[in-house]
Amino acid sequence: MILVWIIALLMLGGILSLISGKWSHRAPRWISLAANTLAFLLVIRVWISNYARMSISEQHNWIIDLSWEWIPQFGIQFHLAMDGLSLLMVMLTLFLSIASILVSWTEITERVGFFHFNLMFIIAGIIGVFTALDLFLFYFFWEVMLIPMYFLIGIWGHENRIYASFKFFIFTQASGLLMFLSILALYFIHGQSSGEYTFDYMVLLGTTMSPAAARWIMAGFLIAFLVKLPAVPVHNWLPDAHTQAPTAGSVILAGLLLKTGAYGILRFVLPLFPDAAAEFAPVALLLGVISILYGAKLAYAQTDFRRLVAYTSVSHMGFVLLGSFAFNELALQGVIMQMISHGLSTGALFILAGLLQERIHTRDMTTMGGLWARVPRMGGIGMVFAMASLGLPGFGNFIAEFLILLGVYQSAVIWAILATLGLIASTIYSLHIIQRIFHGKPQKEWSLTDFNVREMCVMVSMVLLLLWIGIYPKPFLLTSRTSTFQIQKFLQPGMNYPDEYQSDKDIPPCGQNGSVPYSNTPSEQIDITLSKFPRQKTSLSFMETHGFRPDCYGKYGILFKQMQGETS
Amino acid sequence: MFGTIWIIPFLPLLSFLILAITGKRWSEKTVSILGVGSVGISALFTVLIGIQFLTNPPPGHFVVQTLWSWMEVGSLTPAIAFHLDALSLVFCFVVTFVGFIIHLYSSEFMEEDEGFSRFFAYMNLFVGSMLILVLADNLVLLYLGWEGVGLCSYLLIGFWYKDPQNGYAARKAFVVTRVGDTAMAIGLFLLFTSFGTLHIDTLLDAASQNWATGTTMAVLASALLLGGAVGKSAQLPLQTWLPDAMAGPTPVSALIHAATMVTAGVYLIARTNVIFMLAPATQLAVAIIGAATLLIAGFAALTQVDIKRVLAYSTISQIGYMFLALGVGAWSAAILHFMTHAFFKALLFLAAGVVILAMHHEHNMFKMGGLRKELPITFWTFLIGSASLAALPIVTAGFYSKDLILWYAWAGEQGNFWLWLAGFAGAFITAIYTFRMVFVTFYGKRKSEISHKPGKRMLIPLVILAVFSIIGGLVETPHTLGHIQLFSKMLENVLPSTGILHSGISEELILQIVTALLALLGIYLAYYLWLKKFSLVQKITQVKLLATSQRFFFSGWGFDWLYDRLFVFPAVWLARINRRDFIDLFYDGIADANRYFHQELRKTQSGQIRWYALGILIGALITLTIVVFI
Repeated sequence: MILVWIIALLMLGGILSLISGKWSHRAPRWISLAANTLAFLLVIRVWISNYARMSISEQHNWIIDLSWEWIPQFGIQFHLAMDGLSLLMVMLTLFLSIASILVSWTEITERVGFFHFNLMFIIAGIIGVFTALDLFLFYFFWEVMLIPMYFLIGIWGHENRIYASFKFFIFTQASGLLMFLSILALYFIHGQSSGEYTFDYMVLLGTTMSPAAARWIMAGFLIAFLVKLPAVPVHNWLPDAHTQAPTAGSVILAGLLLKTGAYGILRFVLPLFPDAAAEFAPVALLLGVISILYGAKLAYAQTDFRRLVAYTSVSHMGFVLLGSFAFNELALQGVIMQMISHGLSTGALFILAGLLQERIHTRDMTTMGGLWARVPRMGGIGMVFAMASLGLPGFGNFIAEFLILLGVYQSAVIWAILATLGLIASTIYSLHIIQRIFHGKPQKEWSLTDFNVREMCVMVSMVLLLLWIGIYPKPFLLTSRTSTFQIQKFLQPGMNYPDEYQSDKDIPPCGQNGSVPYSNTPSEQIDITLSKFPRQKTSLSFMETHGFRPDCYGKYGILFKQMQGETS
Repeated sequence: MFGTIWIIPFLPLLSFLILAITGKRWSEKTVSILGVGSVGISALFTVLIGIQFLTNPPPGHFVVQTLWSWMEVGSLTPAIAFHLDALSLVFCFVVTFVGFIIHLYSSEFMEEDEGFSRFFAYMNLFVGSMLILVLADNLVLLYLGWEGVGLCSYLLIGFWYKDPQNGYAARKAFVVTRVGDTAMAIGLFLLFTSFGTLHIDTLLDAASQNWATGTTMAVLASALLLGGAVGKSAQLPLQTWLPDAMAGPTPVSALIHAATMVTAGVYLIARTNVIFMLAPATQLAVAIIGAATLLIAGFAALTQVDIKRVLAYSTISQIGYMFLALGVGAWSAAILHFMTHAFFKALLFLAAGVVILAMHHEHNMFKMGGLRKELPITFWTFLIGSASLAALPIVTAGFYSKDLILWYAWAGEQGNFWLWLAGFAGAFITAIYTFRMVFVTFYGKRKSEISHKPGKRMLIPLVILAVFSIIGGLVETPHTLGHIQLFSKMLENVLPSTGILHSGISEELILQIVTALLALLGIYLAYYLWLKKFSLVQKITQVKLLATSQRFFFSGWGFDWLYDRLFVFPAVWLARINRRDFIDLFYDGIADANRYFHQELRKTQSGQIRWYALGILIGALITLTIVVFI
C-alpha cells in the first residue's frame, strides 16, 4: 500500500499546488516540498525497516508487492512492486525532486502552481515506472512522466524552448510507441502459447517464443530505452532539452528520466529476452563505448555550460549501457551504482549551471572565468562535482565506473580497454569546466552572489551522499544485489548461489511479515548453535532438528535447500 | 602502538576537511597551527610506531589494520585497511617528516597570500593521499591514494589560478599522469581477472605460484603497472608534465618532488616487485627507461636558466636512477636513493624558494648572482644539498645511495655495462649542472637587491634538511666504507636482496674512486665554465651545431613539440570540426523532409473544384485497376 500512498501523495500535492497557485506563489512551493519530503521519509522508512531482509534468494525478493485487478477483461492489473533496484531508484527520485523544488524556489516566478503540478506528476510518473510490474501500467506511467516534462521545457524553458520540447517529445514518443507495439506483441504471443492473456511481468517472464520473435520484440523495448538512456546515435534530443529546460527540468532529465532507460534495460530487456540480449551484446558494447568516447569528445567542444554537461551525461550513461551487457555481477552492480552516482553528480552540475545562469543570465563559458575569487563556495562545490565526474576515487562515480570496467573486462577485454580511455577524456572535459568558469582571468566583471544557505544545503547533501557511496557503498550494494542476482539468474541459468552473501544482520528473516526462517527455535539460540559449527559440517539432520523451514531462503535456507538436493 | 596506524593518514585528512570547510574564518596563525601541526603529529606517530616496529617487530614483519569493508561485490572485497611493513614505514617516515618540514617552511613562505588556508588544505590532502597510497593493503585503496595525489598536484600546481598559464600546467600534470593511471587501471583489471583479488599480499602470492617467469600475462600486467609508474614518476615517455609543474608555489614543488607524487611510481614498482621479477622483459624495460630518462633529463637540466626548472629536470633524472635501480633488482638501493633524494631535493627547492623570494620572484639564475654573502645560511645549505645531489664522495648522503645503485648496475645479476655507463655518465652531468646552478646563483657579481630576508620558519627547515642530507646515507655504506647494512636489513623482509655477479673489494673501490673523481671533475668543469671563463660558454653557444642542440635540450628534447603534434592538436582539431554533432543533421533532415512534403501536399488543397474532380477520378481509376486486376 505504501507505494500507492506515495504516488497518490505526489499527485495530490500536484493538484493542490495547481489550485493554491491561483492565490499565492509561495504556497505551491511549500506544498510540493512538504509532499515530497513526506514521501521521501516514507521510502527511507521502508528501506530501514527492510534493510535486514536484503538477501538474495531463488524467488524474487520483493520488499513490497501489491496487485489489484484493473481491467480484468484484458488481463491488466494495477501491479506495483519494489525490490532493491526499485527502492534505490525511488529514493533517488524523491531526493532529486526535493533538490529540484529547492533550486526552483526563486527561479520560477511565472505560473508557479502549474509548474509544481507538472513537477509532481513527472515524479509520480517516474516512481510508477520504477515500480510497475504490469507492462500496461508501465507504459501508462511512461506516458505520465513524458507529457508534463514536455510542458516543463516548453513553458519555463529558455530562448529556444519550443524546438527543444518538440524534439524531446517526438524522440521519446516515437520510441515509446515502438515499445508499446512490443508490449502488445509479447501479450499476444504469451496469450496464444499459454492461453492466458496478461500484461503481468512475472507471468510474461516465462514466455516461450521463437528467437526471431524475441529479437524483434526486444528491439522495440530496446529502442525506447536507448533513446531515453541516451545512447549514440539516438542521443540528439538530450543536449537541446537540457540546454533549454529550467533547472529543475534538467535535474530531473539527467538524474531520473535517463535512469528510466537504464532501469528498463535491467528490468525488462535482460530478463525477458536473455538470449536475444546475449546476441545483441556485441552491438550494445560497441554503442556503449562509442557513447562514452563520442559524448566526451562533444562535451569538450562545447562552450555552453549546460550543453557540455548534457554531453557528459551521454558519456557517463555509455558506461551504463556497457555494464548492462557485460552480464556479470560486478558490472551489473556497477551499473546501479552509476545510475545513482550519475544522477547525483550530473544533477548537481546542472543545478550549478542553473544557479549560475539565474545570476548572470548566460550559459556561455567564454564569458566567464576567474569566478572563484568572487564565489568561492560555488567554486569549491563545482570543483567537487567536476572531480566526481572524472571518476575520482572516494566518490560514488569511481565505485560505479571501476566495477563496470572490471566486470566488462572479464567478458570483453577490448571494449573494457577502450572504455577505460574514457577516463582520460572525462579528465579533460571536467578540468575544462573548472578552468573556463572558475579559474583563469575574468572575461567580464560579473556581479554575483555566492550560494545562500538553501542552495548550500542542497549541494552539500549531494556531496555527502556521493561521498557515502564512494567510501561506504555497502548498504547500497547490498540493496541492489537483491535485484542484480535475479537478473543474473536469467542470463546465466544454472549459476550457483554465492557462498557468503549476507546482510549485516546475519540471519535474514523471510516471509511476508518478517517471520524468522525457523519455526520453533528462537533465532538467537539457532545463531549460537550454528556458530559453534563450521558451515561445512552442519548436517541436514541438524537443520531439521532445529526446525529450518525449507520454504525460506535466507542464508541457512539456501544451505538447507542444497543439502536436500544432495541427499535426494 | 600498531593500533594507531590509522591516525597517520587521518590527521592530515581531518585537518584538510576543517580547513577546506571553515578555513576562511581562521587567522593565518590558527591555519598554520592546524596545517603544520597535523602533519607534525602524524610524523611523531610515524616515528613512535617505527621505533616499536624496529625494536619489537610484529610476527611476519608486518601489521594490518582493517577499518571497514569498502565494498563486497563478487570476489572483489577490498577493505579500507592499512598495511605497515618496512617499506611503507620508510615511505611514511619520509612523507610525514619531510612533509612536516615543508609545511613549516610554507607557513612563512605563503604569508599574506589570499589563499593561505586553501593552500594548507590542499597540502594536507596531498600528504594524506600519499600516506593512504603507501599504507594501502589492496590495490583499489592504493589507487584511491594514487588519484588523490594526482588531484592535489593539479590543485597545487594551479594554485595561483588567475594566470591561465598555471591552469594549463596544472591540467597538463593531471591529464598526463591520468594517461598513466589509465594503464594502471587496466593492469588492475587484468590482475583481478587473473587472480580474483586485489589484495596485495594475496595477489603477489598467487602470482608467484601461478605464473612462470616470463609469462605473457606477467609481462603484460607489469607493463601496465609500469605505465602508471612512469606517469606519476615523470619518466619517459610521460615526463613532460613535471618541468611545467613549476608553476605552483615553491613549497609545492618541494613536496611533489621530494616527499610525494613522483616517488609513487617507485613505491608501486617496489611494492609489486614479485610481478616485475616474473617479467624480466619489463624489468629490463624499467632499467632502460631509468637510464634513458636520467641522461635525457640531465642534458635538459644543463641548459635551463630557470632555477626551478633545473631542479625539476634533476628530479626526473634522479628518479631515473631509482628506476635504474629497480630495473636491475637493486630494490633497497632504489628506496635508499628515494630517501636521500627526498632530503636533498626538498632542501634544494626550499633554499631556491628563499632565493626566489629574495629576488622579487625572479626565476632566472642569470639575473641573480653573488647571493653568497647576502643569504649565508641559504647559501651553505644549498651548497650541502648540491653536494649531495652531485654525490660528493663520503661526506654526503647522495653519494652512498648513488654509489650503491651504480655498483649494482655494474655487478648485479641483472646489471650490465651499458646501464652502468649511463648511470656513470649521468653522475658526471649531474655534477656539472648542479654546480653550474650554485656558481651562477651564489657567486659572481650581484645583479639586483634583495627584497626579503628569510625568517626562522624558513631557515630552520633548511638546516634540518641539510643535516639529513649529510648523514642520511650513513644507514647503508659500501664494503669499502664500514659496510653498514641497517637499511637493507630492515627492508629484507619486504624486498628481495640483489644477486651479485662479481664481487671484490678492489673492483668496488676502483669504481668508487673513478666515480668520485668524475663528480669532482664535473664540479671543476662547472667552476671553470660558469665562473672562471664564462666567455667560453658564450663562445661555445655561438657555434651553430651546439646552439641548435642547446635549444633542443632546453626544450626538454622536443617532447612537448612532438606530443602537441601527435595528440594535442589532433584532439583539439577533432573537437573543433564536429562541434555541432553531425548526427543531428540526420534528424534535422527528417524534419526538413517532413516540412517539404507538408508544403508540397498543401498545394493540392487549392480550393479549385476541377483539381478535386481530377483527384477523385485518378483515385477511382487506381481503385478499379486494383479491384479488376488483382
